[in-house]
Order: sequence, then structure tokens, then C-alpha cells
Amino acid sequence: MSPRRRRPHLVFPDASELEEPLLDVQDLRTYFHTARGVVKANDGVSFTLNRGKTLGVVGESGSGKTVLTRSIMGLLPNIQLERSGSVRFAGHELTSLTAHQLRDVWGTQMAVIFQDPMTALNPVVRVDRQLTESLRIRLGLDRRAAHDTAIALLGSVGIPAPEQRMRNYPHELSGGMRQRVMIAIALACGPKLVLADEPTTGLDVTLQAQILDLLASLQRERSMGMILVTHDLGVVANRADDIAVMYAGRIVEQAPTKDLFSHTRMPYTEALLRSIPRLADPSHTRLRAIPGRPPDLASLPDGCPFAPRCPYAQDRCLTDDPPPRTAGAGHLFRCWFPVGSPEGEDALARNVAAGVPAALAFTGALAGAAISVTTVSVTATAVVTGSLAPDASLVPPAVPLVVPPVVPPVVSPGPAEGANGDATAGES
Amino acid sequence: MVDIGNANQAIERVREFEALTGTTGPVPPATATTASRSGLGVVFWVSFGWVLFMVLLAIFASVLPLKNPNFQDYSAVNIGPSIHHLLGTDDLGRDLLSRIIFGSRVSLIIGFASVGLALVAGGVLGLLAGYTGGWIDTVLNAGSLVVLAFPALLAILVIEAFWVPRSLLKLTIIFAVAGTPSLFRVIRATTLSFATREFVVAARTMGATTWRILFRELLPNVVPAAVSFALIGVAVAIILEGSLAFLGLSISLPTASLGNIVNEGVQNNNLTLNAYIALWPSLYIFILLVALNLMADRLRTRFDVRAGNL
Amino acid sequence: MAGSGTAQLRGDDLLLRVEHLVVEFGKGPRRVRAVSDVSFDVAAGETLGLVGESGCGKSTTGRAVALVHPPDQGSVRFAGTDLTTLNQRDLRQARTKVQMVFQDPISSLNPRRRVLDSVMEPLSIWGIGSNEERKAKARQTLESVGINPSDASSQRPIEFSGGQCQRISIARALMLEPSLLICDEPVSALDVSVQAQILNLLDDLKRERGLTMVFIAHDLAVVKNVSDRVAVMYLGKLCEVAPPDTLYRHPAHPYTAALLASIPEPDPSAATNGRAPLSGELPSPTDPPSGCRFRTRCPYAQEKCAIEEPEMRALGPDHFVACHFPLARPMVSTEAPAVAEPVGASPFSNA
Repeated sequence: MSPRRRRPHLVFPDASELEEPLLDVQDLRTYFHTARGVVKANDGVSFTLNRGKTLGVVGESGSGKTVLTRSIMGLLPNIQLERSGSVRFAGHELTSLTAHQLRDVWGTQMAVIFQDPMTALNPVVRVDRQLTESLRIRLGLDRRAAHDTAIALLGSVGIPAPEQRMRNYPHELSGGMRQRVMIAIALACGPKLVLADEPTTGLDVTLQAQILDLLASLQRERSMGMILVTHDLGVVANRADDIAVMYAGRIVEQAPTKDLFSHTRMPYTEALLRSIPRLADPSHTRLRAIPGRPPDLASLPDGCPFAPRCPYAQDRCLTDDPPPRTAGAGHLFRCWFPVGSPEGEDALARNVAAGVPAALAFTGALAGAAISVTTVSVTATAVVTGSLAPDASLVPPAVPLVVPPVVPPVVSPGPAEGANGDATAGES
Repeated sequence: MVDIGNANQAIERVREFEALTGTTGPVPPATATTASRSGLGVVFWVSFGWVLFMVLLAIFASVLPLKNPNFQDYSAVNIGPSIHHLLGTDDLGRDLLSRIIFGSRVSLIIGFASVGLALVAGGVLGLLAGYTGGWIDTVLNAGSLVVLAFPALLAILVIEAFWVPRSLLKLTIIFAVAGTPSLFRVIRATTLSFATREFVVAARTMGATTWRILFRELLPNVVPAAVSFALIGVAVAIILEGSLAFLGLSISLPTASLGNIVNEGVQNNNLTLNAYIALWPSLYIFILLVALNLMADRLRTRFDVRAGNL
Repeated sequence: MAGSGTAQLRGDDLLLRVEHLVVEFGKGPRRVRAVSDVSFDVAAGETLGLVGESGCGKSTTGRAVALVHPPDQGSVRFAGTDLTTLNQRDLRQARTKVQMVFQDPISSLNPRRRVLDSVMEPLSIWGIGSNEERKAKARQTLESVGINPSDASSQRPIEFSGGQCQRISIARALMLEPSLLICDEPVSALDVSVQAQILNLLDDLKRERGLTMVFIAHDLAVVKNVSDRVAVMYLGKLCEVAPPDTLYRHPAHPYTAALLASIPEPDPSAATNGRAPLSGELPSPTDPPSGCRFRTRCPYAQEKCAIEEPEMRALGPDHFVACHFPLARPMVSTEAPAVAEPVGASPFSNA
């Protein structure tokens, strides 16, 4: 008995004939109503993705990046969920499709690669059936053809001896192999868009490089669109055409990759870049940690959500939510005092002079372990009182009250001129 | 390979944790705290109140203004609930309310005492086996399987037949022995899941002795699961005692026990003459069991960090 | 790879000296040598970075040094005493000077105990001081790692975030004033921005308290940042030992070079530096390759590599490699960043 081919209810144009962008997300809001209040996991997210392009979505845990992929696909459980905005995919408005119609989208048009293949794969089903099932149902292949296609797929994702691997259960495969199988399953029906949700987190660096290269080459071959979600800026730096940086459920900066790194506008992006240890830096270079932690999505502060941790923050940031602004083609950011602008430099200089902890930590003037609770609570108090100008009593005693030389914000990543002064050189 | 699993688990656990604690934000405010403290809910406390009330009634039965449960008033045989006999009387004119309350003593003592004993024995052995592993674990595990392999009811019948006369103490001991292996296994499994956690390793590096780790680090984590399982055990023991009593194999008459009363209620055509005799003790057992099960269920969900709180 | 041998060891008088460490798991034919003849030493006040992919035995090494999983062979000389020869009682005592910080901050703390109690526990175990004194010390230590002590006295770990839990674990490890701190992937479960906070904290604590650290991680950039000396491990053996700046600029072992090439740098201009990332996967540790263990994935492998296991040997002062055909310097040093070399680190730096 061969499974009948389900007649598609939706017609999708061939990707190459598509006039509009492959994916067009406008003002997507995904709210969860929980006991703790409304969790705004996505709060007005907009972007477009063209055929064959890669969008990197970068954010820390709790930034709403995973919810974004689920929300785009319509994969979220419908309980206590509030979703608005528009998701247009290949000429269809996904938000208005029924669950039944969405099944024509999933797999054949749009596929997802999950972070943990161990939980995404069915542990009691052989690789063989996990792969051929969708081929037979979606593409209507018979057993023989599905089997052959599956073996070809496994070969194409770089699995040696695919015939033997077909007989394995997921737990019999190594971590890298499992992720390759996941990719093969996702690509089985030739989707036009792949959503890769942290596809390499938990893999070793050498495997990570292999998997990312594999994804990139498959994407080129099939000219698929891809959304690569990750917490690691390094993963997307060389592999995405555009990057969207998420913070507190919204995209705070979005730009073509080169632009994002060379002309960073959003202080959060800059801070994130500065806080990562770099191979190029000498050992014991002091990291510019971002004090505090991301806000609770259920009780976002007024104004800019990054303001309490931001080295540039001024009074205005605590009350007025910055709207998206543009800086060049395709470069959007949300900040009143953008990095690299005169007002931004001004704001940072003022904060450093005033001894605002986030600014001191950022410019490296604050040595010692004091960046922590003291810092956070000072910032928090400042937020409450609505002013960032520090009260003398609020300044932690450990902080030397010497005004450090004002370091101009260095936009370009890499060893900054300001870095040498505070690097704990002379150690050892 | 082992490490990949660990890394994933660790990341996963941190994510879950951040989700539980309200993702983060400058020191989670009272919301998280109060939510987790009041997590047991109304259902638990109502059930707990009911069980406590039953236990208090049983304890203070002799000082309460209750009629003698064995006094036979032939002028008031088989009467329904009334102001003199709140739950009516049985076919010998005994007051059903006081018979049930005195009778519940047997059920409750056997239920709680035997499971309590089993909890202590199974707890100590389970902690030891789960944490130390090795031959201790192998031996104890095998032993528990041997005991579990006997059909409990049959075993109890056989032991009772040889160990006469029956007394409350003997019944309690037999029930405790029968219950120990199950509790041992639950506690051993829970201990195993905590024994590899880093806080236990940390305690070892700090020089803590095995006993300290067992009772200071592991025990508090094992208690919720053990207690919630034990509450179900109490329910099972009470039913078992009732069944034995129904078969005439529990405490000898005329001492009342809930099972005895049901037994009397269905004999001599009493079921058609006066259904109250069997109804009240059955209802008592039923409500008690529901309350115990609800308590166990709430405890389990509350202390299961993964499922609870969300 | 695979260096057995002890060329990388320095004097006899260093704080920690691990020789020919072997740790095995399992029984019979499935017995795995997770750590196979590893030797290293750490001077007082120094941070040794132990880096490698999962399954290379780096965490097992860390646990063996702390005697959490006693080694099957080899010696762990700590401050002049071989820990592996101690009896149970002396070991308990000696262990207090070697403390660990773990990967999973959540499971590092007992979920059922208040944070302050967890931090006080080391002192309680040894009965040091009165309850009040212990509390005072715990509060002081918590403060030094950036945790508000008044939160800690009433709250349980669930009320703290991952980064805060890691700070608390660090505070607990410091309570007995250890001289050696073994950090097993302390930041790999944390968010990027929090990771930097913890790394800075560890660096500060090390300086303030003169701590000696063994820092285990899979992230080379992180290891480079915190270490004074880095040892690269592969499949239970050491490949290369060198100061970080030397190692990262002039990797001599092909595996080190491959690892460096695989790191995704958050900088599009640093793109594809020409070094091909590694292919294939880790061989099974139950049946490791003969000779050099890395040869199955090594682009430079020769016949000799399958026959003879390479010994650790010196390439320069304080640069040791276990490879028959170490990489020549000029090949890889072309894109070396212009960073001042720490004085005396390597005489080859101008080569």
C-alpha cells in the first residue's frame, strides 16, 4: 500500500518567478499571557528576506529569537497566545492560514532545523523511516524511490556510508551525524526557506564549522532563503547577508553584515561585540562586560529596554522608546544616541565624566570586581529616580572617583586604541 | 561525546531556569517568590485539612463525647441518621459514628505507621544505594526485587496464618516490610538523579563526609518525591487493611476497623436492611483516599522543578 | 598527537605537578581510556588553560586532579604531596585546598538550600568559626563576587539567574581559601554578555587572592583570554603546550591550527584565513588510532604517524609539541596580529 499523495491546497509559485521578497514579516507581535503578566516575546518585528539570501538573527537567551522562528512558521501552541502582524511568504499571508493549510507550507516550502537533534528526532524510529516518511507523503514517492532519494540526501549532507546509517536509530549516531540527519530531513522536500534555530550550539568548533559550511553550500545549490538564529555573532559574521540583532523581543539593529560590523550604530550591538573575547587580542585583555542582565519580557521598562545597561543612556532613553531610524541602505537601528554620531559621543563622554557605571565599565575605567551587584543596583536606582546623574552616595566606594580620560567610542572592532591602557598587561 | 550531552543539558537547564525565574531582570521581584511559595494551592490545603481532621478525631476519640463503640443498644437497632445517632446504628444497636471514628484508628495507624516505618527504612537504604552504588546497590536492589516479586496480599495472608495472634503491631510490621521495597526503589532512583549533580561533587571536594552528603545535600531533595509517593502508599495500605478486614483477617472483632464495619454491613442481609452500615465506612475510606491522592499529586507537581511553576 | 612524555614539565617545586595521569571508565572490552598518560604542571599564581573538543578528556582530567574521580595511574603532586597516595582522611583535608567551579551553574547549587547556607557549608563541614563568623565570611565573599548578601540569605538558587548562580558557586569555592581553583567550563552555559562578567571576575579574583587556576574550556578565545599557559588536548592526550600568545600566533600542532581555523570570529573582515577546517569526527576512544591519535584527521599525516607515537618535545623555550611534523612558523604567522609580545615569551616571535 503506497500512501496517497495529498493534493496541495495552496499553490506556490516557483521561487525564481517570485516578484516579491520570499519572506516579508511586518510588525509581528507575539505575546504570551502568563501568570506573571503579558510576556512580549516579539514586539513589532519587521524584516524581509529575498530568495537565496541569509538573514542572521542574533540575540541572547530571552531575546525572543526562538519564538520569532516559531511565530513565523505558526508553530506556537495556541494557548494564551496573542499574535498580530503580517507574515507573507511566497505570496501567501501565513497568519491567516488554517492549521490544515499550514501543513502544505511546512516541510515542502519552509523547513526548520532545531538546535538539539536528540530531541527533534524521534528516538525509537530509524533514520530510514524518519527521512522517507515525508518524502512519500509530501512528494508522493513510492517506497523504492523514497529510499533512493533518502540515501542521496544523506550522501549530500556528508554522511559516509549512507546505506548503513539508514538502519540506525538516532542514539547510535554521533552528535555531528545527528545534526546532519536533521538537515537532511529538513531539506528532504526541497523547501524554499530554512529556519535554522541555533543549529550548531552544543557542537564542537570543528563540527560547527563543518555544519555551517554544509548549510551554506546546500543553500547556494538550492538557492534557498535561510534564517540563521544564533547567540554567537561569530557564527553569522561570515555567513549571513544581513544581520538582525534582537534585544528584549525586538530588532534593535539590522544591517548588511559588513555594515553592521564596520558602522555599528546600536550601543547594544557594540557592547556585545566588545564583550566577546577575541583571538586577536593578547591574553588577559580585560573584557568590556555589559553590566546587569537582559530585562524581563513580562515587565519591560519604559523607554529603551537597553537603557539601564547602556553606556550611552541619557534621561531621555529612560522615558522615550526610540523608533527605528535609518543609517544608509538597509541599515536600521533604534537608538537616540547612536554609536559613532556626535550626539552619541557626547552622551558617552557625559556619562563617563559623571561616573555612570555602565559607561565606566564599557570604557574600561572601572577595574576590579566591583562591576556587579553594586553596579546593577546603582543603575537600577538611577532608573527608578529617572536620572542617570549619579548621586554622590550612590557611587560605590570602590570606584575611584578620578575622571578617566574620555575614550572616543571606537566603532571598528578589533584591537582598539583604548584597549591597551586598561588591559591587565604586566600580569604574570 | 559525553561532554556534548552535558553541555546541552547545562545550556538547557540554564535556559529553563531563566524562564522560571522570569527570564531575568534586576533581581526578580516578589512575584517569582510568592508564586513558588504558594504553589501548593487550595486543593492541597483542603485535602490536608481533611486528613488532619480525621487524624485528630481518631487520636482524641476517647475524650470526645462519643458513645461507646461496642455498646449494644437493642432498643435502637438499625435506625437511620438521627439527632441521637448522627450516622445511625447497626444491626446490634451500636452507634455507627463512634464505631467509624474508633475504627479509623486501626486504618490510620496501619496506614501511616507502616508507611512511616517503610519510609525510614527504604529512605536510608535508598539514599545509601543511590549515592554509593557498587556492591551495596547491587545487593539492596536484588533484595528489593525479591520482596517485590511476592504477591503482597498472598504473602501477608501466609505470614498472618503463621504469626498468631494478630495484633495491630504485627500488622503494622508486616505492612511496613511489604512497603519498604517500593519506597526504596523510588528513593534510590531519585537519589541517583541528584547524586551526579555538581553540587554533590562540590560537597565532596569541600571535604564533606558521605553521611553529611546523604543527609544534608541529598535528603532534602529526595524528600518531596518520597513523601508524595508515601502518601499514595498510605492510601494503598488503608485499602489493603480494609480488604484484609473484609476477609476477616485484620484486627479481631469486636474491635472496630473500617474494613470490619464494611464486612458487617454486607453480612446477614444487612445490605438490604440497613445500607448505612456499609455506606459510611466506605465513604470514609473513599474521601480519605481522594484527599491523600490529591495531596500527593500537588506535592509532586510543586516540587518537580521541571513541570512545576510554569 | 598524542603526546606522552614529560618534556613540558618544568621544575619540581611547582604548586601542581601531574604526571602520567590515566583515567579509565567502564569494564572489560568497553573500557575507555578517557585520559591517557597526560602530564602537566602549574606554577603558583599561574592559570593553565586546558582546551579541546568534547570527549578529549579535559573535564575528566580536571576531576582527576581534584580527586573527584581518582586516577587509575599516575600521580597528582600538589604542594609537595602526592594526593593519590593519601588515605581517606588526609585526602579530605588536602582536598579543601583544591576547589572546583562547574559548567552548569544551576546544578552546582543545592536547589533545596538557601544560597547563604550553601556558601557557608564548607566552613560548617570543617566546623570553622561560630555560626555568626561563618555567616559574616559568607556575606563578605558573596559581596566580593558581586552578589547582594541580603538576597542570598533568604533566597534559593531558583531565584537567581544562571550568571548569578555561577558567581555564587565561585564564592562557595573560595570559602576555604583554596590555592588551586579548577574551573570546568565555567562560562559555556552562560550568555555572551554574562560570560564576560564572569571571566573578568575570575581574573580579578585570581589577582587579588593569588589563586592558581586550571581553566578548562572548549572555547579557544575564552581560554586565550584567561590563561598564562595553554595545553591542547585531543582524545585523551596532550598535543601542544605553550603560552597563549605564542600558541595562537604560531600553532605548531596541526590540530591546534585546525581548532584555531574553526573558530567563528565575529568580524567579517577576518574571514576565511585560508586554513581549512578539520574534516571528519573524533574516533572512538574505545579503539583509538595507533601511533599519533590525530593522524586520521590530520592533513599532514605520514606513514610514521601510524607507527610511532610522537613524544612531547620542545620547539622553543616554553613551547612544546607532540608531533612528528610540526608546522613551520612562517606558514601560519603571516596574518599574525600586531600585538606586543609579552616580554620573554618567545624568542621566535620575530622569525
